Amino acid sequence: MIELSIFLLLLVVGYIFGHWGEKKHFRSIIKRELEMLHVPVVTLKSYPPLTRDVDGVLVSGNVVVSIDHFKKFLASLRNLFGGRVTSYETLLDRARREAILRMKSSAIEKGAEVVINTRIETASISKNSAGNGNVGSVEVVAYGTALIPKSIYKEQN
Amino acid sequence: MILTNLENVPDRKIIEHYGLVQGNTIRAKHIGRDIFAGIKNIFGGELRGYTELLSESREEATQRMIEQANSMGANAIVNIRYSTSSVAQGAAELYAYGTAVRVEE
Repeated sequence: MIELSIFLLLLVVGYIFGHWGEKKHFRSIIKRELEMLHVPVVTLKSYPPLTRDVDGVLVSGNVVVSIDHFKKFLASLRNLFGGRVTSYETLLDRARREAILRMKSSAIEKGAEVVINTRIETASISKNSAGNGNVGSVEVVAYGTALIPKSIYKEQN
Repeated sequence: MILTNLENVPDRKIIEHYGLVQGNTIRAKHIGRDIFAGIKNIFGGELRGYTELLSESREEATQRMIEQANSMGANAIVNIRYSTSSVAQGAAELYAYGTAVRVEE
């Protein structure tokens, strides 16, 4: 009985904080995405309007995001029936967008005009040091080459 | 040292290739961070400790790659790739590799 109530309590706590945290995070992501719209992030290997008089600098951004207890429970239910696991979809979506935003902001700090050849990598970090892990978190790293006008690049170095 | 994940350095010509350079680091998370992550796992959200740990480790792997390129006499590394793998329980390997080249100044 006590175990069941602890389990339910964790679910409720997870739902409230997880839902609130995710909404807040998405709001901040959308806001920052709009703010940084002037610097495009592309997966192309070159950016035709900008090929002369630029320097390339590697920029990266990473984030580790964990799923909440309620969503993990939902996902385990989903495992029984199959189908889309929407709770994990939003987790990965916000992790990727956050990683790209961090990369972008470090590029803007350096005075970049564009970030080209962007690569995104995902790794799951699900085991703890005791080995009995089910932490349910993912790391996303985004990296690319920021193109910085030579005049600005020289000033910084 | 110029670092880029393009196949060439923008607006510069590659005059010499030195071959593959690489750097890796394996880090374990310490128990305090694990306990904190376990708590955070109930509420969800970003695990700042892990984010910092992994970005520091990646920085270190990159630094080792740069040292190797330096000892070859290169002044740029092109086509850099990162990869992450978990080799043991509770430990992650961060790996950076690329091609060391010399470009015109």
